[in-house]
Amino acid sequence: MNRVVITGMGVVSPVGNTREAFWNSLVAGRSGIRAVDFVDERTASRIAGIAEDVIPDNVPSKEVKRQGRFILFALEAANQAWNQAGLDINTEDPYRCGALVGTGIGGVQDIEENALRLHEGGPRRVSPLLMVKGLSNMAAGAVAIHFGLQGPNACIVTACATGAQSIAAAANTIRLGQADVMLTGGTEATIIPYGLAAFSAMRALSTRNDTPEKASRPFDRDRDGFVLSEGAGILVLESEAHARQRGAVILAELAGSAETCDAYHPVAPRPDGSGAAAAMRLALRQAGIPPEKVDYCNAHGTSTKLNDAAESLAFLEVFGPAPPPVSSTKSMIGHLLGAAGAVEAVACVLTIRYNTIHPNINYDTPDPECPVNVVANTAREAKVDIAVSNSLGFGGHNATLVFKRYE
Amino acid sequence: MSEDISSKVKQLIAERFERSIEEITDDARFNEDLGADSLDTTELMMALEEEFHIEIDDEANSITTVGEAIAYIQKRAAN
Repeated sequence: MNRVVITGMGVVSPVGNTREAFWNSLVAGRSGIRAVDFVDERTASRIAGIAEDVIPDNVPSKEVKRQGRFILFALEAANQAWNQAGLDINTEDPYRCGALVGTGIGGVQDIEENALRLHEGGPRRVSPLLMVKGLSNMAAGAVAIHFGLQGPNACIVTACATGAQSIAAAANTIRLGQADVMLTGGTEATIIPYGLAAFSAMRALSTRNDTPEKASRPFDRDRDGFVLSEGAGILVLESEAHARQRGAVILAELAGSAETCDAYHPVAPRPDGSGAAAAMRLALRQAGIPPEKVDYCNAHGTSTKLNDAAESLAFLEVFGPAPPPVSSTKSMIGHLLGAAGAVEAVACVLTIRYNTIHPNINYDTPDPECPVNVVANTAREAKVDIAVSNSLGFGGHNATLVFKRYE
Repeated sequence: MSEDISSKVKQLIAERFERSIEEITDDARFNEDLGADSLDTTELMMALEEEFHIEIDDEANSITTVGEAIAYIQKRAAN
């Protein structure tokens, strides 16, 4: 089996569209959550994390008009990752380079817009570009076209586990020797009336509309739901041999990954967190790392009552009475759904690189139902060689990625 | 009126395909000269329908040049 390493990363997020801006903001503990003014005031949750000014370099403006917002996010993040990796497709076998870019919901903005056009103007008003902009797999397709990647290409859709499962699947492609290089991650753009209304309707979202920056508070006793957010995270994964052969800078190793399913309820997690715990245990086993060696856990930590309580029990089950420090990136940037696991993967690699654990903000009152070792409110310097990232999705999907310092 | 339609159509094509107005000659072909694929031209036809309040029928499928589009719109707008 080939070892899998990370050689490039890109991010689009509510706290910045460069690795530096993103990381500096996380370490400073700044919230990227704001009030939104374009939804009906009867919408229960009117706050969100919005990615501003996302116009990918080197994508012609005519082409930009033909892409859905979630696709543009993926292209921008992929540009950053590709440039950091220093890859040149002209010196690669294009059939050994692939893209596995997931999304939880896809081009829902264009679907919403065209549903309205259909309703108001009839079938002839529906855009011929709807399918180009709207199909969930089009981000993976657009990334392949943009960089000339003719190898394995797919889109994984597992709700909020999408980003992590995409990275895991891309890593497996490399482990098995089916590709040398994979651009992989997730992208999401759902901050539209339809998105906010739909997640509000199921009472999944925070309704702290008057204090947006305080709304996402994973593991805090007074949490009341997640905050919808948007963006993308893309990694360049390579086989270790390929990266070394071309002299690439290796940022970290993706040492292990695993996926399980709760097989319990469409959206509620198993209350004992056993499915999530199994994913962590299996991922650590693949990495050959005992739980006591883990230096940091980047929690799924959505800020919903159910997720945070169940995930806390999962940590307890895996790590016992002396658990590693935990923080949730979502406390600052909200929940990027299908992009969450990918953006949080970027955060984990930066944690290892800078030996700094970003805080879990808005952690004011511990919750007895969440017995976790939370890095509360301010960043902490710590030697981090092993970082674990969880992603738990509606549908019962549990995915864990294990990142390891490359030496 | 017909001069008006011609310049309006050309303006709209220039904007949508991001070309200078000088490139939008009567014999410019959407695909070969203006770099538009079938999705672009279908979108253009929808935009023309909205601009001129007409309904473009299947006859429009054979339109491949700017001049043909203008002639078609002029004919439909006159009806």
